[in-house]
Formats: sequence, C-alpha cells, structure tokens
Amino acid sequence: MKINKLFTKSFPYILLIILTLPIILGYLWIVITTFSTRIYGLIPVDQSGNYFRGLTLSNWTFLTDKTKTLNVSIWLLTFNTLIIAVGLTVGVVLISMMAGYALSRIKFPGRKPFLSLTLILHSFPSVTLLIAIYFVLRWIARIPILGRGIPIIGGFGYNTLGGVILVSIALQLPLGIWLMKGFFDNVSWDLERAALIDGCSRWRTWWQIMVPQIMPGIAALSIFSFMEGWKSFLIPYSFMTSHARATLSTLLNEMMSESSPTDYGTLAAVGLFQLLPIIIFYLFTQKYLLNIFSGGVKGTA
Amino acid sequence: MGKETEEIRKIKPGRPDWFWFLFPSLLLIVLFFFLPIVITLIISGTNMSSTTGFHAWKWVGLNNFRKIAILPETADHFWLTVKYVAVTLAFFNIGMALVVSIITTHISRGTGFFFRALWLLPRITPTVTYVMMWKFLGANAPYGVFNQLIIQPLGLAPQNWVAASSFLFIVLVNGYIGASFGMIIFTSAIEAIPKDITIASLVDGASMLQRIRYVILPYIKWPLLFVTTYQTLSLMTSFEQIMVLTDGQFNTEVWSLWAYHKALQNYWGNFQWGFGNALAAVLVVVGIILGIIYLRYFKFNELVQDPKIESL
Repeated sequence: MKINKLFTKSFPYILLIILTLPIILGYLWIVITTFSTRIYGLIPVDQSGNYFRGLTLSNWTFLTDKTKTLNVSIWLLTFNTLIIAVGLTVGVVLISMMAGYALSRIKFPGRKPFLSLTLILHSFPSVTLLIAIYFVLRWIARIPILGRGIPIIGGFGYNTLGGVILVSIALQLPLGIWLMKGFFDNVSWDLERAALIDGCSRWRTWWQIMVPQIMPGIAALSIFSFMEGWKSFLIPYSFMTSHARATLSTLLNEMMSESSPTDYGTLAAVGLFQLLPIIIFYLFTQKYLLNIFSGGVKGTA
Repeated sequence: MGKETEEIRKIKPGRPDWFWFLFPSLLLIVLFFFLPIVITLIISGTNMSSTTGFHAWKWVGLNNFRKIAILPETADHFWLTVKYVAVTLAFFNIGMALVVSIITTHISRGTGFFFRALWLLPRITPTVTYVMMWKFLGANAPYGVFNQLIIQPLGLAPQNWVAASSFLFIVLVNGYIGASFGMIIFTSAIEAIPKDITIASLVDGASMLQRIRYVILPYIKWPLLFVTTYQTLSLMTSFEQIMVLTDGQFNTEVWSLWAYHKALQNYWGNFQWGFGNALAAVLVVVGIILGIIYLRYFKFNELVQDPKIESL
C-alpha cells in the first residue's frame, strides 16, 4: 500500500524526466563537447581513446583565428548577426508601435479590413513566400543607392544585410502590430483625451503620452525580436550569399555540412557562443517573454 | 460626452494622421506579402528557370500544375507531408504539450516552472545549434549519445539513427520545439480553471484520469482547437529544421522543402522558378483558406470594436 502510494506520488516526476531527457542530454552534450578533444556519448575522450581524458580549450581558438570554413573573422560574423538583430528590433518595434496605435485609437475608413488582414497574415505561412521574395529583393537591388549603396547594412536589396533586415521586419510585423494594438487598447482613455483636448497633436500624444504607458509591451516585443534576429537562419541563408556577410547561423551550417562527428568540438563551441547571450537574456527576461509567446495570440484564443 | 468629442474634432480637423501612422506597415506588407503572393501566382504560370533567364521565359498556363499532378514523386511528397504534420501534431504539439502542462501544473510550483523553462529552451535556441544537438544525439557509435547511453547497454546494434529513422527524427526535432507553444497556452488555460471546480471534483473522489477527462479537457476546448489549427498551418509550411537536419535526404523532403529546393537550391544549379512557385502556390492557397477559416472561428468581431475615443 505504502509503496503503491509512493509510486503514484513519484510517477508524474519520473514521466516528466523521461520526456524531458532528450533536452537535458542535448544541452549537456553541447557544454561538455566544447571542452573535450573528442566525446563518446557524454564522456570526454582523448586522441588515443582514453575515457575521461582530453579536456581542452582548443575548441575555442576560433575566437582569435579566422575560421577555416569561411576564411573570415568570427567577430565580423558576430557583428553582422548583431546588426540584423538590432535592425530587426528597432524596425519591428517602431513600425508596430505606429500601426498599433492607429489601429487601437483612431477611427478611419478601412480599419476593420486592415485588422482582419493583420490577423490573417499573422497566421499566414510566410515561409512559402520566400521564393517570390527573392524576386522582390532582386528588384530592390536595382534601385540606385537604396538597393546596394548604403554603408554598414549594404542597402536593402538582394545579398545585403539591410535586405535581410527588411524581410525579417515585414514577416514579424503582423505579430508586432497585433501585440502593440493589444497593449494600447489597455491604456486609459481619459489620459489620451486630456492630451488631445489640450491641443496635443496625434503624433505628440502618441510619442509623449501613449508610448511611455506601454513600456512592458515594448520590452517584450524588443526582447523577442532581438532573439529572433540573433538566431535567424533561413532568411540570411537564402538571401545573403557572400561569405563576408555570413552570420553565426550560416557559418555553423556551413561548418556542419563539411565536418564529421570527430571534430564536432569546434562546432559545438561556435553553437554555444551563439547560444550563450540568448540564454543569459532568457534568464533575466523570462517573465516578459512568456507574455509574448502566448500573448501574441492571447486575444484570439 | 458628445460635446467633448466635437471639441476634439474642432481642434484637430480631419488630417489623415492615421495614414502616416500606417504607411511604413502598409509599405512592407505590400512589398513582402502582397507582391510575393501575386508573384508566386504569376510565375507559377511560366516556365521561368535559370535556363530561360528573366527574359526568355514563356507562359505555360497551368502546365506546371499539370506536371505536379502527373509526377510520380508528388504522391510521396504529399503523403510524407500529411504523415509528418499529423504525427508531429498529435504526439507533440498537442499530446506532449498537454502531458507536460498537466503534470507541471499539478506538482510543486517551482519544479513545474523549472521544467517548463527547460521545454522552452529548444524554441529560443538558434536552429542550427539545436539541430546539431540532435544530430549528435543520434550519431553513430562511438559518438552518439543515444547509442552510448541506451542502445548499447540494451545490447542492440548501434547505427546512425538520423539516417536509419529519419522520419522519427524530423518529428522529434520539430516536436520538441512545437510542444512548448501548446504548453504555454494550455498551462495558462489550466491555471485559469476555477478552484472550486477542481476542489469539487476532488471531494467527489475523482481520479486524476477522470479529472483530466471531465474537468480539464472540457475547460481547454478552445485553446486546444486554436493550437491545432494554428500549428497545422505552421507544420505544413515550415522546413527550416528539416533542411538543416537531412536536407531532404532519407525520404524527408516535405512539400515546402521540395518547393524551396526546386526554386532556389538544387544540386544541378538549375533553378526552376516556375515549377517551384507552382509548388509554393499550392501552399499559399491552402494558407489563405485556412487563415480565413481561422478568422471566422475565433470570434474576430469582438476584437475589433471601434476605438472609444471617437465614439464616446
């Protein structure tokens, strides 16, 4: 009887641990591998096959040497990745704040259709459009200066950081607009009415009165967008072909396709290098993030 | 009230502020949603490829779609996609999400929170890093973690599981990401079940299974339906993880990956934009239809009330 009860009590925990096991093992593997010459399962092994030997820091030399695969510095790729993440964040937040405000607070013809449109686009599988977006970017690339003549981001056309940023912003916009509209909906009407009656313009009301009220929403969207930009793979991979514009994700993919499991050490180290900032971010901002993972759809469920 | 509104109107004559607020969004939506949808449909009616270039192409009407219907491999890609979506959805995006959210809401708060945080990790991990993890979990002996910890102790023959059980692996890789979406939504829905109902069922001596069947499931009917529709669509069209894991080898070329390979990436270097866009067009049409159904289903009108500032 007692054993039976103990079993019922511990059963949920056992089940949960078994189900979660691949996640636990996977992340354990990545951390151990980065410090090992080779690894059998989760056990570090040295060149001649001795167990629990071969701990090393040599997998991390990519931080100072050029990477063999792409022949460029890891820091240039980190910089590219950062530009995409920051560009995406600033773009999505600013543009969603503008549209979200108008949709929440201004009555205008076409408001309802526009809202249904954002909602449909929110659930629309945007990856199916990648092939066609390739054509749009090639077309933008032919516009003088805007296409490929801007310093740092290169421009907004095909094979530029700016182009990747622009596409990423667009695809994330439906979620952003919907989220910002929801936050603006909850701001008190009196506050805004007072500002408008006092003769504040819509723009000033938006920027000085309304935006400060939805800081938690802005924080959530910023964190989410930054992470999405930092970890994005498919869009940079599809639309930036030159090695000097690679990102950490595309580098890792390239490395993975040309190495065997024997030298996964460096690969894991690069992966962990890209993962670490996200984990740190995640630990501190979990509360906001949980809001958005479900909050982006909260209104609809 | 009406008077004040009039005052506002007087101070702010009808300048279309709203237009400028919406302008950047409109521009991007036109450029990267509308235009691509139109381009997809138009190019799917041509034979445009890297052989014809951007100038020497011809209209072929519905030939690309006819070709899709005739090709023997179409059925393989189609059924693989159906099987992949159904299995991943049933066992992970819904099944696993339910199990994890029910367990973590019925154990101590801290532990539950910890496990849910673990389950969110795959979602926030960069795709390539995450897929690399799985590749190594399934790698051949002596490297792979599964072979070392489970297969060999059981006395079975080790092998490269990603290649040997490729279907299982694309389901696992996507499922462990997908489960967290439903998990979050179900968790908040379960936590919102009124306490007295749970207590009443306890007093009546309901077992855990009975409680799941008669209390929890009826309460989360809507979130369940929502996650199902939403995730069907995203599973059907996403191919990023599969591309990094197997790149379509070992019979894992789902429909969306097939389209991508045909149009933008293939071993022969012959990009068949026309045919690839026709394959994508099929998904675009399904996406639009499901999107509209989804809009109908989820009480949309309640969400789009007129803004009060002008109707006060």
